[in-house]
Amino acid sequence: MNFLDNETNRKPAQLVCEGLSLGYENTLLLRDLSFTVREGDYLCIVGENGSGKSTLMRTLLHLQPPLAGRVTLEGGLKPNEIGYLPQQTDIQRDFPASVREIVLSGCQARLGRRPFYGQEEKKLAAESMDKLGVAPLAQCCYRELSGGQQQRVLLARALCATRKLLLLDEPVSGLDPKAAAEMYELIEGLNREGITIIMISHDMHYALRRASHILQIGRDWFYGSKADYLRSPVGRHYLRAGKEAER
Amino acid sequence: MTAQLALYWQYPFVRYALIVGVLISLCSSLLGVTLVLKRFSFLGDGLSHVAFGAIAVAAVLNLSDQMLLVLPVTVLCAVLLLRTGQNGRIKGDAAVAMFSVGALAIGYLLMNLFSTSTNLSGDVCSTLFGSTSILTLTKTELWLCVALSLAVLAVFVLYYNRIFAVTFDESFARATGLPAARYQMLIAVVIAVIIVLAMNLVGSLLISALVIFPALSAMRVFKSFRAVTICSAVLSVCCSTLGILISVLTGTPVGSTVVAVDILAYALFSLLGALQRRGAAAKA
Repeated sequence: MNFLDNETNRKPAQLVCEGLSLGYENTLLLRDLSFTVREGDYLCIVGENGSGKSTLMRTLLHLQPPLAGRVTLEGGLKPNEIGYLPQQTDIQRDFPASVREIVLSGCQARLGRRPFYGQEEKKLAAESMDKLGVAPLAQCCYRELSGGQQQRVLLARALCATRKLLLLDEPVSGLDPKAAAEMYELIEGLNREGITIIMISHDMHYALRRASHILQIGRDWFYGSKADYLRSPVGRHYLRAGKEAER
Repeated sequence: MTAQLALYWQYPFVRYALIVGVLISLCSSLLGVTLVLKRFSFLGDGLSHVAFGAIAVAAVLNLSDQMLLVLPVTVLCAVLLLRTGQNGRIKGDAAVAMFSVGALAIGYLLMNLFSTSTNLSGDVCSTLFGSTSILTLTKTELWLCVALSLAVLAVFVLYYNRIFAVTFDESFARATGLPAARYQMLIAVVIAVIIVLAMNLVGSLLISALVIFPALSAMRVFKSFRAVTICSAVLSVCCSTLGILISVLTGTPVGSTVVAVDILAYALFSLLGALQRRGAAAKA
């Protein structure tokens, strides 16, 4: 499956996947996947449960080696300049930490060899909290926040780690519709500021409304711009299935 | 009572016990927070049994300084357990259980087979419950304890921010370029050192109590990681000091007295936490 696009008149590439094969010991989830993410793109990764979306994201983050192929960062982007919003773990749900401590921990890649955070990191954390509207909660305990607030705190942390590329793993899972809409709003705002977004999403309707690019994995494959997706057989099939399900 | 305390204070072994007790409880409580949050409480327990096995071997070999054997063996086991827990065929908790009961059984067996001591059950009991060992510290052991505790403290303070990052969210820490596996290893090694140290105070069966109770108590009341850590350290030091003093005055075993005080503190903090929540609910 080769989606390395040949349009050369586009923005510079940020993340290039070549011939990626993913999976575990005995199961191959994805074979020979190639695509390029460019500066300012808003890429939604969609696909059925178990199709390897999260595995793909972990590979993009270099948390897990691919079975074959490689992921390269372009345009001077360093591995520690990527922001990541993982799915919440059980540990975090009752973790005694203040919002400020958590957001500040997003700065740790900037520490280098220094043991403690300096003025610069504290300022960055404050800005991130402001931007995501969690500054008033700075001294609050993370475990006492609502799901939407928690996600915003984790997004603020991710923002401390990057100015360029954010990877989000189902950022609205478990949120009520209002909180989800707010979360999407914030993500779009960040994208408008020029941050590239790669997001795993269950919400196909949303992805089709807002994303600039779609990567579908699983039984059916697709990578390309949203317009191309809507014209492709895969996209038309998916939409038809969705409409039937709604009826 | 103060007169009695002043009298005891003149004995160096009481002073040694207090110094070492304070340092050990300080160190053990610091990492307790991480251990509890990472669901590693059992690691501490398992390692303490491994340390017991190592002590048995050291006793059989008639080593004059047991720490020289016990410390490396425990550190090695900590590293092994963490490795197998991550990607081995035997899952983490099963591996810990295997190591710990295995070491316990082999240790007791060895002591039984080869021991030259006339009071075997007394020896075993004091290793397991640390009944008197803190009151019989030699000067070398004292300095070793002090040096190791200070090293643990220094490591904890210097790596505080990274330990927080790894504890709260390992995936994120790794994704943003922190070598999380290395810090896990660091945590495991420090835990092993703490456990070997703490065996002197409470014996190998009660170490987990020293590690987790102050952390759990602090987590009941405080809401930021830093506050929990500081409270846990202060609480642990207070409980240990109180426990040691009570046991010196009344002649109860040191380890279990300290743990009993820790349990009381936990009950108190649970109550405080409940009141706090009720207060917050009433306000809202």
